[in-house]
Amino acid sequence: MVEFEVDGEPVKVFEGQTILDGLRKKGIDTPTLCYGETLRPANVCRVCVVEIEGARVLAPSCSRKAEPGMKVRTDSERVRHSRRLVLEFLASSTDLSTAPEAEAYCAEYEAAPERYGPPAPPDPDRDRKRAGHHLEPDGLTAATVYAPVKVDNELYVRDYSKCILCYKCVDACGDQHQNTFAITVAGRGFDARISTEYVVELPESACVYCGNCIAVCPTGALMFKSEHDLRAAGEWDAEGQTVTTTVCPYCGVGCNLDLHVQDNRIVKVTSPADHDVTQGNLCIKGRFGFQHVQGP
Amino acid sequence: MAREIIHAGLANRSFIDRATTGFDEYAASVEAFTLAEGERLTGVPAAVIREAAHAYARADRAMICWTLGITEHHTAVDNVLSLINLSLLCGHVGRYGSGVNPLRGQNNVQGGGDMGAIPNKLTGFQDIESDAGARARFEAAWDCTIKPRYGWHLTQMFDAMERGELRTLYVIGENPAQSEANVHHARKLLDGLDFLVVQDILLTKTAALADVVLPSAASWCETEGTVTNSERRVQRVRKALDPPGEARDDLWILAELARRLGRDWGQPTAAQVWDEVRALSPMHRGMRYDRLDALGGIQWPCPDEEHPGSLRLHERLWADPVEGPLAPFSVVEHRPPYEALDASYPIRLTTGRRLESYNTGVQTNLYRSPLHRGESLDLSPEDAERLLVEEGEIVRVSSRRGAVEAPVRVDRSLRPGLAFMTLHFPDQVDSNVLTVDVTDPKSGTAEFKAAAIRVEKIAPAEGAAKATTTEPAWTSS
Amino acid sequence: MDIKLIDAEATAAERAALDHLLGPPTSSWEGGIRVPERDTRTAATGHAQRSRRHELLPALWAIQERIGWISPGAINYVCERLTVPPADAYGVATFYAMLSTEPRPSRVVHVCEDLACRCHGSQELIAQIEERFGGEGELSDDGSATWYRSPCLGQCDRAPAVLVSDASETPRESVLAPVTASTALAVLAGGEPPALVFPPLPQEDEPSLRLLRRVGRVDPVSLDDYRAAGGYAALRRAIELGPDGVLREVKDAKLQGRGGAAFPTGVKWEAVARQPARPHYLICNADESEPGTFKDRAVIEGDPFALIEAMTIAAYATGCELGYVYLRGEYPDAHRILGAAIDAARERGLLGEDVMGEGFRFELVIFKGAGAYICGEETAIFNSIEGFRGEPRNKPPFPVVEGVFSKPTVINNVETLVNVLEILERGGPGFAAVGTEASTGTKLFCVSGHVVRPGVYEVEFGATLRELLELAGGLAAGSELQAVLLGGAAGGFLRPDELDLPLTMEDARAAKTTLGSGVVMALDTTVDLPRFLQRIAAFFRDESCGQCVPCRVGTVRQQEALARLVNGHGRGDEVELIREIGQCMRDASICGLGQTASSAIESAIDRLGVFK
Repeated sequence: MVEFEVDGEPVKVFEGQTILDGLRKKGIDTPTLCYGETLRPANVCRVCVVEIEGARVLAPSCSRKAEPGMKVRTDSERVRHSRRLVLEFLASSTDLSTAPEAEAYCAEYEAAPERYGPPAPPDPDRDRKRAGHHLEPDGLTAATVYAPVKVDNELYVRDYSKCILCYKCVDACGDQHQNTFAITVAGRGFDARISTEYVVELPESACVYCGNCIAVCPTGALMFKSEHDLRAAGEWDAEGQTVTTTVCPYCGVGCNLDLHVQDNRIVKVTSPADHDVTQGNLCIKGRFGFQHVQGP
Repeated sequence: MAREIIHAGLANRSFIDRATTGFDEYAASVEAFTLAEGERLTGVPAAVIREAAHAYARADRAMICWTLGITEHHTAVDNVLSLINLSLLCGHVGRYGSGVNPLRGQNNVQGGGDMGAIPNKLTGFQDIESDAGARARFEAAWDCTIKPRYGWHLTQMFDAMERGELRTLYVIGENPAQSEANVHHARKLLDGLDFLVVQDILLTKTAALADVVLPSAASWCETEGTVTNSERRVQRVRKALDPPGEARDDLWILAELARRLGRDWGQPTAAQVWDEVRALSPMHRGMRYDRLDALGGIQWPCPDEEHPGSLRLHERLWADPVEGPLAPFSVVEHRPPYEALDASYPIRLTTGRRLESYNTGVQTNLYRSPLHRGESLDLSPEDAERLLVEEGEIVRVSSRRGAVEAPVRVDRSLRPGLAFMTLHFPDQVDSNVLTVDVTDPKSGTAEFKAAAIRVEKIAPAEGAAKATTTEPAWTSS
Repeated sequence: MDIKLIDAEATAAERAALDHLLGPPTSSWEGGIRVPERDTRTAATGHAQRSRRHELLPALWAIQERIGWISPGAINYVCERLTVPPADAYGVATFYAMLSTEPRPSRVVHVCEDLACRCHGSQELIAQIEERFGGEGELSDDGSATWYRSPCLGQCDRAPAVLVSDASETPRESVLAPVTASTALAVLAGGEPPALVFPPLPQEDEPSLRLLRRVGRVDPVSLDDYRAAGGYAALRRAIELGPDGVLREVKDAKLQGRGGAAFPTGVKWEAVARQPARPHYLICNADESEPGTFKDRAVIEGDPFALIEAMTIAAYATGCELGYVYLRGEYPDAHRILGAAIDAARERGLLGEDVMGEGFRFELVIFKGAGAYICGEETAIFNSIEGFRGEPRNKPPFPVVEGVFSKPTVINNVETLVNVLEILERGGPGFAAVGTEASTGTKLFCVSGHVVRPGVYEVEFGATLRELLELAGGLAAGSELQAVLLGGAAGGFLRPDELDLPLTMEDARAAKTTLGSGVVMALDTTVDLPRFLQRIAAFFRDESCGQCVPCRVGTVRQQEALARLVNGHGRGDEVELIREIGQCMRDASICGLGQTASSAIESAIDRLGVFK
């Protein structure tokens, strides 16, 4: 066991566990956005940063391994400042309307995204931005990642105006889960975006529609088309839904399915991330192949 | 591979000596299969066979997983025994990260067998002929007499239909009118039955032949129960939706049928039935519903309520001394595919699945997958060129049992002389018209993976007309 | 790995470009012609096939240099050859500013708009090009040329500068510096780029030079000249001392890294030497892209064998058999000269299987960067070499434990490495006798801006900023100093009354500034400071890799706030906002880029009182 100190109190975690593991053990609420239970920490959102005594900069608690004797502060002014600014940066550049967690963090940290100015309108050319080049801003609006929503198949929708570039979908599509490598981070800096090769539509890409990217997306940028359409029609009723865990009807792997049901129709399928069989992952059949129980 | 492993001194001698029997006979039986002979028989280059043999034998841990490419042959059981032999040869069994692993094709094919839906076992793999004690327990619980006699498996049932001995059939959740090998023949037999009952969630082609159709609820989302996956893990399925119309839970239908046939089982719940399973099947005994919930499923055997379930089988082989019987090597004779290629049928057809589809497509053809592309005859570039056929062109595919028409798809992962089709779109292309219904004598599995076919061009006008009538089902839904 | 390609075919020229680099494909699985008996019985898959990812950036370069841009068909072929998913390759290609995934003409003129060139008329140059040729990205009449703005090209001593890329079967890149509008326009019209004249070293006649003593005095590609000037004596000495002896000398010399972080080199080397994991790798960080920095270029162009010898010693001491020189893509002359020197050294047995017949192996390759300042960050270099996007990694683990290819890695910059020759020639204590107690030896400074003789200067640690500026001739008569930018865009400003700062690591730290990469840029009063700051902000926005939120968005918000201040649309809270943003970037960014992205701007506010 490794013993270290959090806000003046001792905490013990197993060798190799992170500061975040210790914080959770202590019941200290720590915001996370890019952290995924089933993925290696990308530690890019920086909303979980903490102060370590003696360190020049703050450390991401999601990835920093706990060390004996480490003195960690989670409530210092520096920590609150960075968390607040990170949330402001995201909220002022991204549509967080389907990311209730992020919105709650913003409230908790008193983020004031409006102080950067009114958001800039969607940019239809965002997918083609060249690395190292940009138009000189006038500062009158706050740059955003807003771009037209991508609807190119019947199963799921990509609305990158909501993308905080947490890398989770790319990691899930790549060597951490699916090994399909259909998507990547393209471009650089503020113009970095999730893309297929040459921005081809999903049906032309290597996508196998496992939907494991949707499962890890923290903001609703990737969404079942059924959910997207219900939301567009104003009929999405999260409170009125039931979630029932069952087993996929297809092959013999035995993936667990969480069926989200609204008005006796399946509107979304997820899989429990903490289940031994596939850690939240599914294939196209388990994720989307439910139409036969509810007609067209 | 085995011969190479033995000759390269890579066999795990200490494991073999301690935990197995029959090695000498086995070693003698593979002696003729040099790398060169392996290449001659399989087409796989000798160097590649050697590489695979050495990689497998030298690995700290190695696992063999297989699917129907091993078992849908008339040598199904022999193929599996061969893999078991390899694992025993290297001691890759009974330890973490090793073992032999059939990846089951259906979500409950393991559970079906476990529950006794096979002709020779009672629930929990208790032999119906030789295990008199088990039989007595079931007779007491069920208040009936169980004949100590093996029943028929699917293939034997069709044989019995052919002989006129099987006149009535009750099919639950299967679509043999499209899934059987040599399906024209199978359909004729189903048609000739005196009485056919089909219980299914959708009106399948088999249901269309039935005298009585019992609409049932979808077991995975409209009812309660359990299924068992490839790793022997029993998991709960739960009701999330109300079934449509008059569809009923399978359990309700069976109980109701029993009641009308004079046995009143009441209206058992899934939990009650499961407790009966636990009472009668020692390997399921510890699997209380609440434990299945809490542990995310339990792998059998789980003999008591303290038992965590069994992550691995055959660990006993590593005990010193070995607990229980030693693991036997099996001598397997090489037998080529049943149907030889000849001048009339020069191409080998193998069938299988695609990622987004499932079996005869009853469930999967209904969702709007961008990956759906309907049936095709996949050919190597060389064969396509030799036959003067192009991608998308409709061709006639014939075997000794029948013919279908299908569009060509050129697939560079195929070698010359090998073609591939799926079984997913029988309404579009009835692939199983072509397949061979010769079966493995032990398992009864048909040789779906190795038919001999001929591919012919169709006159242009004729082909074009056909193309418009063979739209896959999903495009019209 | 099963790779799904998009519907596009490589042209014959694209295939030829790649085959020239990789050799012909060995099977249809690599994109070659399908030979039934060979290709239908086995598929090229497995570890060997998937282990070629590090060839991705060189492969993309091969296409870029030959065709001028990377088409979908070309990516397909690259991916087939290297077993890389096309999406991944696209992600890598779009990361680098010098690669294009959109059609481009064969000639592209990259016009520097960065800090030093601004002091020498680059904006006027750009205005002229815009007026007489057309806007950025517009094509010449025959469609064969265009131009783009570029960040610092590392030619600050001969500003303003442009880099001309000519894609063809014999690709060529030419630096024009200093360049006039008429020359630039002539090149855009299809004219032959004039040959570059290498200016003499400003301290040409200074006898006490150490690191620069051969620069400009020997033929840089003549191994004989190098040996005649004392070359390879240090490696001899190293072999006499043995690896442990070399480590001892370097530690005794108290050599600190010259890349900006000032980490003790001996400690780093020893840590790698002691790592049991093998192989060990050596990387020379020659990606100097800090605006205002050009010293590595001067060393490589003037004395390439010094770097080769120093790397050979480093490899010998730390047990590395392969070294990379990660050289920024904007240095065609340095690339050519170093390449020739490496070939010459290999031919004479000074690199290769058995170096100097002493029984150790060391091979050295140049890895060409492709336009990304972030790739000067040590862990971003690892990702770049491995064929991934040049995004920094989280530390720990540190490079000495898990560096490139996840193996123990020594990474030093050019200046740090060439100091090793001095250490072995003078002995560790002898080396440490020069400079100050904490900052030993001499230091190279890139003096640019409004001084009379810009260039690379070598002075002992402890010389003052004033002395250095005087060495460079001071400002032209009639000019008045407004400020000095010390350490580059990631550094800070000093006032004219702060010129007595001794140039040492410790004095800079005490004065809350940094020597950084050795940039000393003198700005006279003609410089519009707020607009100068805007360029710094634009630079960081462009060069942020985009991985972490504080830097990705913070650099944009900082730039927007500056824009409001400059354009007179301020809301009153901009200065405070810039400080808040700066605090977050400094505290919460993953790497040094974000951590320093507000340093210069905040120092201008604090020290120069701009926006008061």
